[in-house]
Amino acid sequence: MTIAASAAGARGALGRGRLRNAAERAGLFLAVLAVLWGLWEGFRAFGEAVDLRAGQFVVNDRTMPHLHDIVAQLFEPSRRNGPLLIGVLWDAALFTAKEAAAGFLLGALFGLALGTALAHSGLLQRGFVPYIVASQTVPILAVAPMVVVWVNPRLPPGLRDWGAVAVISAYLTFFPVTINTIRGLTSVDPRALELMRSYAAGAWAVLWKLRFPAALPFIFAALKIAAPASVVGAIIGELPASIQAGLGGAILNFNQYYITSPPSLWATNLVAALLGISFFLAVLLAERLVVRRAPEHVG
Amino acid sequence: MSESRPAVVSLRGVTKSFGAGGVTALQSIDLEVRPGEFVSLIGPSGCGKSTLLRIVGDLVEPTAGEVVVNGKSARQARLDGDYGIVFQDAVLYDWRTVARNISLPLELLGWDRARRAQRVRELLDLVELRGFENHHPWQLSGGMQQRVAIARALSFSPALLLMDEPFGALDEMTRERMNAELLRIWERSGSTVVFVTHSISEAVFLSTRVVVMSRRPGRIAAIVDIDLPQPRTADTREEPRFFELVTEVRDRLREGGLDEDRTAPDEGELVGEEAP
Repeated sequence: MTIAASAAGARGALGRGRLRNAAERAGLFLAVLAVLWGLWEGFRAFGEAVDLRAGQFVVNDRTMPHLHDIVAQLFEPSRRNGPLLIGVLWDAALFTAKEAAAGFLLGALFGLALGTALAHSGLLQRGFVPYIVASQTVPILAVAPMVVVWVNPRLPPGLRDWGAVAVISAYLTFFPVTINTIRGLTSVDPRALELMRSYAAGAWAVLWKLRFPAALPFIFAALKIAAPASVVGAIIGELPASIQAGLGGAILNFNQYYITSPPSLWATNLVAALLGISFFLAVLLAERLVVRRAPEHVG
Repeated sequence: MSESRPAVVSLRGVTKSFGAGGVTALQSIDLEVRPGEFVSLIGPSGCGKSTLLRIVGDLVEPTAGEVVVNGKSARQARLDGDYGIVFQDAVLYDWRTVARNISLPLELLGWDRARRAQRVRELLDLVELRGFENHHPWQLSGGMQQRVAIARALSFSPALLLMDEPFGALDEMTRERMNAELLRIWERSGSTVVFVTHSISEAVFLSTRVVVMSRRPGRIAAIVDIDLPQPRTADTREEPRFFELVTEVRDRLREGGLDEDRTAPDEGELVGEEAP
């Protein structure tokens, strides 16, 4: 069958295109990294050369450490005779990742459930969505201490403290998931619904076989926003919970010693950013595996 | 076609108005479709032919009149899976492969996996898509997508096939090929077809009867029996009788259009469409 043969040929070409695509992307990533590095160091060099001052701000090793100093700091002992900074931050990142992952799962499931419930009724949406939006206008820093006070005493010992942080993280996660779940579930092609009606499909079958798969690209768009937000939520949540073991604790700690070792805080921020990025990439990977879509639909 | 067998579709005084006291889309439609018939509904845009098809499928409620499908109410017939429907667009689910699109109605009917796979293989052979079962819809041409939609509609062997301008979005060459394939499938499946189109040549080529509808409010202006011999082939389109019937349907359409503005733009398109 010639059509099948040409289709197979097209698949092969697609595979080669994918490889070239990946190489292109890696190249682009490195190029952008080099540009950002150049901008940072260039601004530093320029600021020092002209003795740039903006109010209190002066360009020097304290305000803008060299990027190579920040990276090198990772391989210095975190304190005298202590372990390397990178080891300390690795442990802290794992701890925060546990909180953020739990918060992400909690928030995503809650957002999915809430969005699915609200998608069934315009009245419910008009009633509840304003409050859901309002929940996000309250600063997370104001909510976090209350969550710790309310949630912590009710948690079993194994979940205490980091469980409360996961709830704070979930608070940032559920919002985009809720909104996009509603939008995805309600923006189904009306003819596809007519088709399901012609098969006399029940509400559950319509939800599971049509609305939910059709909503997946919307839901994944939300999860990609929610994933780094869950890391931010976990880091902020550690502060009122007085948790020392995570990245939030590390940031507080190195903030106190900033005068003596500015690159330590910068290195911590770098690790926090990498954690957020890896959460994003994990969602991206899951999307690639789950969502089967026409190429032009794939974000 | 024996007159004694009960009708697959029976319409009595079917009327449809939209909105409160608004436009009358269909007025007093009486029509019987007998088992094994291929009936086309043809008429200008806005004559309510698609609405009529949806009323038969219980996707739209008539304002008045009686609809009997397979000897029961249209609603009960829908719940019993008595018909399959094909729309102008294939309406395939992007996230499902060809095979899983075809088996969607079977999943809803609770068929087990082995039985579904067996039926899908038969259907892929029927619509000549063997080898494409693991493709996704967006990897197929428009004609192939529509064949998947037809296979999906036939998957549970419904007594009645409802088709709403299924080839309207295809180019002329593909459309003629699909017409021939549809006739072959119709002969093999033995189902009854109600087919909405605005192409005169397509209606004449496919049908045993052509129902000509008039513009707003939609009424049956005439019914033309198509006595072209079966099986029909590409040569059928060259026969003098084919052209006579095309002319007759066109004349009936013109008479139907006389009630109102006969110079409306879509009438020109309709009449000039079927150059040989």
